[in-house]
Amino acid sequence: MTRIQVLLCSGTACQSSGSDKVKRALLEALGLHGLLEEVQIVETGCMGPCELGPVLLVYPEGTFYVRVRPEDAAEIVEEHFLKGRPVPRLLWTEGAPRPREIPFFARQVKLVLSNCGTIDPEKIEEYIAARGYEALGKAVTGMTPGEVVAEVKRSGLRGRGGAGFPTGTKWELVRAGVGDPKYVICNADEGDPGAFMDRAVLEGDPHSILEGMAIAAYAVGANHGYVYVRAEYPLAIQRLQTALAQARKLGFLGPGIFESDFSFDVEIRIGAGAFVCGEETALISSIEGRRGEPRPRPPYPATSGLWGKPTLINNVETYANVRHILLHGAEAFAAVGTEKSKGTKVFALAGKVQNTGLVEVPMGITLRELVFDIGGGVPAGREFKAVQIGGPSGGCLPASLLDVPVDYDSLSQHGAIMGSGGVIILDDAACMVNMARFFLEFTSDESCGKCVPCRVGTQMMLRILDRIVAGDGSEDDLTRLTEIGEMMKKASLCGLGQTAANPVLSTLRYFPAEYRAHIRDHSCPAGVCPNLVRYEVLPEACRGCDACRRACPTGAAQGKAGKPPYRIVDELCIRCGACFDACPFDAVRKEPR
Amino acid sequence: MTKDAIAARHPRSPEALLSLLHDLQKANPENFLMPDDLALAASHAGLPLAAVRDAVTFYSMFSLRPRGRHIIRLCESPNCHLAGAWSALDELRGSLGVDVGETTSDGAFTLELTSCLGACGVAPVMMVDDEVVGNLNPERVRNTLARYREGR
Repeated sequence: MTRIQVLLCSGTACQSSGSDKVKRALLEALGLHGLLEEVQIVETGCMGPCELGPVLLVYPEGTFYVRVRPEDAAEIVEEHFLKGRPVPRLLWTEGAPRPREIPFFARQVKLVLSNCGTIDPEKIEEYIAARGYEALGKAVTGMTPGEVVAEVKRSGLRGRGGAGFPTGTKWELVRAGVGDPKYVICNADEGDPGAFMDRAVLEGDPHSILEGMAIAAYAVGANHGYVYVRAEYPLAIQRLQTALAQARKLGFLGPGIFESDFSFDVEIRIGAGAFVCGEETALISSIEGRRGEPRPRPPYPATSGLWGKPTLINNVETYANVRHILLHGAEAFAAVGTEKSKGTKVFALAGKVQNTGLVEVPMGITLRELVFDIGGGVPAGREFKAVQIGGPSGGCLPASLLDVPVDYDSLSQHGAIMGSGGVIILDDAACMVNMARFFLEFTSDESCGKCVPCRVGTQMMLRILDRIVAGDGSEDDLTRLTEIGEMMKKASLCGLGQTAANPVLSTLRYFPAEYRAHIRDHSCPAGVCPNLVRYEVLPEACRGCDACRRACPTGAAQGKAGKPPYRIVDELCIRCGACFDACPFDAVRKEPR
Repeated sequence: MTKDAIAARHPRSPEALLSLLHDLQKANPENFLMPDDLALAASHAGLPLAAVRDAVTFYSMFSLRPRGRHIIRLCESPNCHLAGAWSALDELRGSLGVDVGETTSDGAFTLELTSCLGACGVAPVMMVDDEVVGNLNPERVRNTLARYREGR
């Protein structure tokens, strides 16, 4: 009889930290003590705090262990499972063994991620036990397609892929679209740098996506669906394939679902490494076996999509919300969130923050709560500088805007966007010009080249930014950046080009002094841009080990072994950073010039 | 499996093109698409050869030149950058003796850069074939390369 259940996170991040080795070690230790019958190990999807992996949760009492190594397995089994004494050194925070006592979890509201980390994503029975496919049954047997659309519309759900278009309205358009057959597509081509919530849902709760798609198909009158997943997510693809086979076997997909005359099936399509395929018309081109290039809209996919037929295309997280709307009703869903942004949103916290990982919060929570209460703020010794939200289409918001509520409209009003929900926290060691340049380099790389504003605009902006970070910028460059950026917003063909300038425009808006410092003073205040820093030896930290002198290619690092401090002669320095990398005592510092 | 048998597992439609190309590329030990593969994909999917070439050259995961048995893709996105991906890149360059885009002389590895791999919680990250390797530092890079060299 099972006395203890161990939920072991087997998401990509925890797998990469060695969760499978932990599982083997646990099984071995359990076998040694004859506990295999009493303790069950369940491999689940992502639990959220990826940086602390491998993580595991022990029930019935709910003890949360972090950074578990295979060599800890014996102690967990002997101390905890045999003697009932949790292992204190493996807890996240001493004295707070249960997730709800840990601030990271306590502030979250899990809807989309409710099954991630609690069920085995490879077992359909566990999904069904968590009321899986109940919403589909309710829709197909008790509601007309029109009623389903109306319910989703009333819930106020908006697309979670970035633009925030009202989901119910989109469904209504496809339902009204003229053409046969109609298609339902799930956009699982998650590519925004810093976003990994769709991966977590695909890997941790694949059935919730299939169920959402099936409900959508019933509502719009489609019998055929596609999930377009990026090839970079092999585990997600594998879990989806497993889920598909199981759902077909039990009749949740296929002909005559719930003994009705509604039929629906799903195929998986795999990308091949093109960021722009996350744009809906590019994605459709890619499914059709062509270059993944966007085309002008209208016509929107709702009227002319895959093979020219009416096509519903929603993002992973959007579909994962659908079953909750039907299960608990539109009102219950809309009770969470703000007036125009209903429900929850999953954010991926990364960068310079204590607790990185995935969190799901009610819409309208402030950035401060997100970054400090849940994320734990920036690590000690550094100061918060900005939060980059919305990836390459988003913007950087400064500390003065930390009390802005996180919802679609407030964010775009301040020059950022919700986007897919990637949040990168930057501390005072980050250079905002360099950050903007980084995103521009990304979008100029990923621009498909079809339309001129995006193809040429990103290149021109990148060239200007290259000049500025090299210390060769001029004041005119700032005006030029704004002009090109505004032109790209208006004239680009798709969302990639229309938003590519946002990282630059938002940093220009909130951190103009940093741009000026690069241009006027030839100085990078954060000490990041290689051409604009000065290397200095901290006299009290230098031990005279001679490492910097030996590493320096130009003789700028000078001194005598054993006779600290050394010094670096700025006139000879080519700013290669070799001394900085070579110093074992962190005595070489980068300072603004 | 013969190339024809691989093709037979895919529907004869343009829709199958990308999946078919992935499978054909995987079937070559040198991880690239040969001219014959493109011709086969074209006839199977019912597309002109030019259309297949057009698609192949668009997607970064397809290669028309031979590559190593293992493809290493190091993430160069901001989170990995902030977490120090460049020290991992230095280690990869040094250990492999190749630059980005090149293949080791023994044909074991090709080094590539990629945009976000969606595993930012354990940044810096690289993928070796289908395996995600996170929390990279020079030592972990060396150990991973050794593991693949030994064929594990």
